[in-house]
Amino acid sequence: MAYLDHAATTPMLPQALDAYVRTAQSLGNASSLHGSGRTARRTVEEARERIAEALAAKPGEVIFTGSGTEADNLAVKGIHWSRRADGRNRVVSTAIEHHAVADAVAWLGDHEKADVTELPVDAIGRIDMDAVTALLAERAAEITVITCMWANNEVGTLQPVAEIAALAQAHGIPVHTDAIQAVGHVPVDFAASGAAALTLSGHKLGGPTGTGALLLRRDVTAVPLLHGGGQEREIRSGTLDVPGIAALAEAVVHAVRTRETESERLALLRDDLVARIRGAVPDAVYNGDPEHRLPGNAHLSFPGCEGDALLMLLDAAGVECATGSACSAGIAQPSHVLLAMGADPDDARSSLRFTLGWPTTKADVDALVAAIPEAVRRAKTAGLS
Amino acid sequence: MRVLAAMSGGVDSAVAAARAVEAGHDVTGVHLALSKNPQTYRTGARGCCTIEDSRDARRAADVIGIPFYVWDMAERFHEDVVEDFYSEYAAGRTPNPCLRCNEKIKFAAVLDRAMALGFDAVATGHYARKGEDGLLRRAVDPGKDQSYVLAVLTPAQLAHSMFPLGDTPKDQVRVEAETRGLAVARKPDSHDICFIADGDTAGFLKNRLGSATGDIVDRATGEVLGSHDGSHQFTVGQRHGLGLKRPAADGRPRYVLSITPVDNRVEVGPREALRVDRIRTGAPVWLAEERTGTFEAEIQLRAHGEVYPATVTAEDGGLTARLHRPAFGVAAGQALVVYDPDAAQGDAVLASGTIDASASSETESLEAAGV
Repeated sequence: MAYLDHAATTPMLPQALDAYVRTAQSLGNASSLHGSGRTARRTVEEARERIAEALAAKPGEVIFTGSGTEADNLAVKGIHWSRRADGRNRVVSTAIEHHAVADAVAWLGDHEKADVTELPVDAIGRIDMDAVTALLAERAAEITVITCMWANNEVGTLQPVAEIAALAQAHGIPVHTDAIQAVGHVPVDFAASGAAALTLSGHKLGGPTGTGALLLRRDVTAVPLLHGGGQEREIRSGTLDVPGIAALAEAVVHAVRTRETESERLALLRDDLVARIRGAVPDAVYNGDPEHRLPGNAHLSFPGCEGDALLMLLDAAGVECATGSACSAGIAQPSHVLLAMGADPDDARSSLRFTLGWPTTKADVDALVAAIPEAVRRAKTAGLS
Repeated sequence: MRVLAAMSGGVDSAVAAARAVEAGHDVTGVHLALSKNPQTYRTGARGCCTIEDSRDARRAADVIGIPFYVWDMAERFHEDVVEDFYSEYAAGRTPNPCLRCNEKIKFAAVLDRAMALGFDAVATGHYARKGEDGLLRRAVDPGKDQSYVLAVLTPAQLAHSMFPLGDTPKDQVRVEAETRGLAVARKPDSHDICFIADGDTAGFLKNRLGSATGDIVDRATGEVLGSHDGSHQFTVGQRHGLGLKRPAADGRPRYVLSITPVDNRVEVGPREALRVDRIRTGAPVWLAEERTGTFEAEIQLRAHGEVYPATVTAEDGGLTARLHRPAFGVAAGQALVVYDPDAAQGDAVLASGTIDASASSETESLEAAGV
């Protein structure tokens, strides 16, 4: 079986799994005052320091959460709530955010009467900086928070987060970035980015599912989503998941430490994958930014084919990939990212995402390249029904 | 064979898929999403295609051990089934959407796509048999037989269809589902029309077709007995829901005899006036070898309806049936299905056609009844 869906989830790294198992065997609530509690707390604080160091943040800026989605919601809603005031009620987002951000923003618009602005992207999925400049010139005083992902989860395009943060800083507007697809895959320096908040998720970089973190600058406040013990800076409540946090730190540290060689290896494999698919299927279209993109991401459209049909045929041939973000009812909708990039709905439905991860080898690419011509031939016959 | 099992989330299609696996086929489960905005939960026996149904289908596929996908057929379903439903009612006819769905979606769009993607057949949980001779025959369980709603298939479509439940009574299918550990074993059967979630067909039609006040007229006397707010809310043969204040002079119930959308007129009268013994259809679909001229057969006029012996004539791009025993309340738009009776192997479907007109030889000619 060739698994080429690492952006959906990637297996835990051996060292993260070891850390998880080891820590899960020891007793202790990190908030308890006795010896077991202190041991657990020490594990958490060491993890916090290691993550901070790996991403150029301060330990006090790391807030552990139960998922990337939670961290995104905490940043977008929490910062908006803490900063909204008379005449300041606008959330700025982009047209290509993951649902964890996009739906949180839409909810603020629908239920909290927030004004919402969505920044457009160009044909390769990159934020339109002119739109950012124009918006700030016109409405800076109205804006509570700007949220812009570091790297797009579907087409892999890297975003000019630091440029946006620099422009926003002049107006004192905090910028949040969903860096879930970026951490461990491209250089991420929280301090240098100028972002006020950054989301990461465990299971996209070799850590456990159900772990995430929000890096939140000390001078920025966020109103909590969850109320309770106030364990994390009074901003996030809930008993700390000590083994999850230990494993998350192990994964972040390893992914960041090996990032340079690993991303080079993945980019070579990815480029080989794309070249060979285009050789086998000449009308396939490579989407996204050809250069400034995630090293393990290949996103292609296959004109005349339905992505769903291709996925099924490849699945039957032992190759696993994605059509875009999965939908609860399993009904494929044309990707909002591709539509924002100007694709027509048929093209948007004809695409597949192949994402490579730490276990990916040339054999996986070979399996895909062997299976794709027949899958495309059949899917074309079936057409865009 | 590579078989695509259409799985609705109900017990029948789940057992059908399991049986296809057991028969040695390479089976893939597919749930058809027919609504763009599916309801999250189903209420009792009503409707289908909710997200919960999709989950039930997925869980059944897990237990059976087959791959599972959801196919989005919502657009096609809307165009070919829901829009047809509206336009038929608007024309004063009574459509059968399940039959239309089999004709246009399950054994057309889905089957075509399946064949293109490399499957050899589509298996469903319909109760019907396919004989050794390739004919479509009634199921063993007469109460569940669904050959009527499958009679619109062409021979080519039928050749690529499988109905693994045709030889089994429904209660045994439930027992089998239980034995196989399928959680849907006790799920209620779905009734009514799947795309009308609340079961209010009149309200569904009114939403789209609007309401306009028209007369309810006694056919015999021409007397206006009452009013209605849209002729599309009625079906020939309907007795309830007429809202007439005064009883008929003879105290007997009154029925809808005809619906004329052009002047929004609904005619009513006694049950005898619904009596017909001649029925004409549009162009037939022959599932067995095409016949010409006149022959004896049995006909059925609605799903799970009565069976009538009749003399059938095939001519002029249509079928005419002369019933040996009268039928009551035959609605245009329903299918007339012609069967060759066979007690041993199950009655075989010969042909089907959509009913255009019906008449009683005692009172009027078929020509006068108009098409």
